[in-house]
Amino acid sequence: MSTQRIPLDPSLAPPGTRNFRDAGGIPADQWHADQNGETLVPTHCCFCGVQCGMYLRVDKGGKVFGVEPRNHDINRMRLCPKGINAYQQVNHPDRLTSPLMRRSRDEPFKEVSWDEALDHTVAEVRRIQGAHGNDAFGLLGGASLYSEKTYLVGKFARVALKTRHVDYNGRLCMVSAAGANKLAFGIDRAGNPFSDILLTDCLLIAGSNVGECFPVMTQYVWGARDRGASLIVVDPRETAVARTADVHVALKPGTDSAFFNAVLGVVIEEGLTDEAFLADHTTGWAEVKATVAQYPPARAAEICGIPASQIVQVARMFAGAGNAMAMHARGVEHHSQGVENCLSIINLCTATGNLGKPGAGYGTITGQGNGQGGREHGQKSDLLPGGRSIMNEEHRRQICAIWGIEESELPLAGTSMMEMVWQMQRREIRGLIGICNNPFVSLPNYGTVKEGYDTLEFHAQFDFFLSETAANAHVVFPVTVWAEDEGVMANTEARVVKHNKAQEPPAGVRTDTWVMCELARRLGVGDKFDFPGSREVFEELRTASAGTVNDYYGITYERLEETGGIAWPCPSTDHPGTPRLFEGGTTFHPDGKVHMQVVEWHPPMDAYTEEYPLSLTTGRTVAHFLSGNQTRRLGALVEQTPRPWVEVHPSHGFRNGDPVRVITRRGSEVFPALVTEAIRPDTVFIPYHWPVPTAANALTIDALDPRSKIPEYKVCAARIESAERVDEVPAPPTAPGHEAYPETQVSRTDPLPPTAPQGRGTAERN
Amino acid sequence: MMGRTIFIDPGRCIGCQACVSACRECDSHRGKSMIHLDYTDPGMSVASLPTVCMHCEDPVAPCAEVCPADAILVTADGVVQQADTTRCIGCSNCVNACPFGVPKIDLQAKLQMKCNLCYDRTAYGLAPMCATVCPTGALFYGTLEELQAERPGVQVADSFVFGDVVVQTGVAMVVPADKVQWPVPGGLPVVEINGVDVR
Repeated sequence: MSTQRIPLDPSLAPPGTRNFRDAGGIPADQWHADQNGETLVPTHCCFCGVQCGMYLRVDKGGKVFGVEPRNHDINRMRLCPKGINAYQQVNHPDRLTSPLMRRSRDEPFKEVSWDEALDHTVAEVRRIQGAHGNDAFGLLGGASLYSEKTYLVGKFARVALKTRHVDYNGRLCMVSAAGANKLAFGIDRAGNPFSDILLTDCLLIAGSNVGECFPVMTQYVWGARDRGASLIVVDPRETAVARTADVHVALKPGTDSAFFNAVLGVVIEEGLTDEAFLADHTTGWAEVKATVAQYPPARAAEICGIPASQIVQVARMFAGAGNAMAMHARGVEHHSQGVENCLSIINLCTATGNLGKPGAGYGTITGQGNGQGGREHGQKSDLLPGGRSIMNEEHRRQICAIWGIEESELPLAGTSMMEMVWQMQRREIRGLIGICNNPFVSLPNYGTVKEGYDTLEFHAQFDFFLSETAANAHVVFPVTVWAEDEGVMANTEARVVKHNKAQEPPAGVRTDTWVMCELARRLGVGDKFDFPGSREVFEELRTASAGTVNDYYGITYERLEETGGIAWPCPSTDHPGTPRLFEGGTTFHPDGKVHMQVVEWHPPMDAYTEEYPLSLTTGRTVAHFLSGNQTRRLGALVEQTPRPWVEVHPSHGFRNGDPVRVITRRGSEVFPALVTEAIRPDTVFIPYHWPVPTAANALTIDALDPRSKIPEYKVCAARIESAERVDEVPAPPTAPGHEAYPETQVSRTDPLPPTAPQGRGTAERN
Repeated sequence: MMGRTIFIDPGRCIGCQACVSACRECDSHRGKSMIHLDYTDPGMSVASLPTVCMHCEDPVAPCAEVCPADAILVTADGVVQQADTTRCIGCSNCVNACPFGVPKIDLQAKLQMKCNLCYDRTAYGLAPMCATVCPTGALFYGTLEELQAERPGVQVADSFVFGDVVVQTGVAMVVPADKVQWPVPGGLPVVEINGVDVR
């Protein structure tokens, strides 16, 4: 199929970004600007899916010591607090610099040599697999790894460990959108670049706290507002972006698909559908139409707990605008009906003809830095490189040819991350290597997770700080931070960007690539893992993705450095990339049409009862990232948000700072109350970046979406009670002989909510 | 209002504190942030706004006027510098005089510190760190013409009234286009002086 390709208009810049000089003093993406004896190394932020460009400041001794804004196309010098402070990880006192090992969990860690740690790991792999079969050993990767490393994780699992059990923490992030995109469009990525937001007439943001989770994206939202675009925000909390929206739909958590079905029903009723587009470019419209008729505004309003008039207002605003865009994030995906929620939004965009045009489209906002790239190249349990399916014979043959193995040797699909934990509990998985993840904080229902990991006979973890999960392991390999290695990531727009190496790793630290290749060598398949560095892995990744939907073949490191980023698919080295998908209404299905899917709403898995009447929902706060293993160690970010809180509506009668016990069917914990009008009375919210005993995820439910296997983080039944005193935030774990870094211990024991969780309350007792 | 200055637009602020973190990275007061991020109606609304030094023009910066050590100097381009470390005695007069509550005192070092519009950066033709990184454009650095080109119809105010005193500032504030009040009421209303109700 062919897509008409439009290179992005360079004059499209967010407002207020044209009059800056880049400190590099040279066009962005040129190497090493030398200024005042320091070097500026152009790279990108390691955190979220926006992938802002930045320079790392490197002193004469070759050490990273600061950050400098960079005029990159994505962010135009903008950075958020996480990006500004990211450089402080690089030479942080908590860095692991020697492999740690212990024979059992009762012993303390000892520093050991690399050989000893690697040999012990290989011996354990052989022992477990010899006694219980290859599938008794699992591998869990992460979506903050460079794409090269995610490719290696998939290959290492299937070629070196020969196990079907490999998955990654993007499973907790955006697989619902991935599933929905595959079903509807036959391709798994957002359809439009950020700059299209500047051209839209109506922007709908659902389940995304853009101001806190993707702050730098806000400039595009405000840019659209400057042009007069209307803004619709669907979120149970009044966030900073919702505050200024034309319509803020504060629906009850877990009711998104009922809402979007009802909106589509009103669009149909008022004759605002794009019939020509539907006739030419879609299948399944009749069935969708029949289903949404079951969701009149009055019924949906009751389900969602909102006025019915808002449904009509949103329908008219979205369908009546010239070009409308819908974007969503985890708020609609973290549900046992996450795929359906995404499909209901896709149906709305499709029915109004808002696809594949400047300023019109649909997309998910990826949470992790490489949330997009992390799932494209074989790290996911059911996928092979290039987004190929591991159950498709043709695809298996292609990959076996590239990897030089027999098809009979290639394992079949494995299970998802949460299911793997259940398998650990049942002793089906007895050994595990974890790379770049921290399930002790990030997976739901902590009790289950801890039990699963404790049951493991052997557990190794790769990390650069001792995460809560690594602190429970038998072997910890100290690996590089992002600034000590090069590699590519794909951001929310599927724009592949290159991160550059700014400094040499400390003595004793190796790259994840080196460790995986070394383990493979000791497992006897070193010939298939002969990769000196990321560059060589990327060459194989390119070839492996050639001809697939996720085509990276035309992307090279040199081109990335020249252009500042290329959106895949990019089939040849003279191809400009594909920033906008679905031009002319053509999708990636064989028939080129949008396959509209029927969506039925069902209640969340955790039933409300008199005992548990409230919805507990979780999310991020601006200063922290995911499990907080990185951000909870950086002084400025800890100072900004030292501890979690529970956000409650004033109607519950609490005052700010009161200790409130939040109870669900899985556990109970005490947080300080942050009393705010900016949340629904029937909903409470806790940010999830902290470990037990201040972990939102000790309370959340491990119910999964049957198709995408994403956990239902965003809604479970809860009640709140008054308590004696709040639970203290534990200090982050550190290697033996290291004290907790003093700068990050300030206010950790403060019993009050932080003074400034984005203005949602006040730490003064009212 | 200075030619090239900071414009603060509270309507765009999302309270993310990128400016607070960025200010710590400024080389002239590395490690200490000079930005105040305020929440205007905490508990009721997430509205927030950053306060940088307003670089007052008329009357000549109140902080500089009251400095007994002549430590606070104003450059030809209107930037009110932070206290000269060789002169400052840490007396806190400037803190009490500033109607916007900007300067801070480092009690241990007996030194005043405040925003100096990133003189270390503007001298090299770079924008101040806070306005460079602000993800939303709530802090904008440039001329009024540049601002209006980017945001058609934008209205700004650079004079604020405190009781009987009107203060004109070098840094300007974006005000709602349909509610231009001139000068903008600053601070809290004065309700009593020495126990006497003056409303």
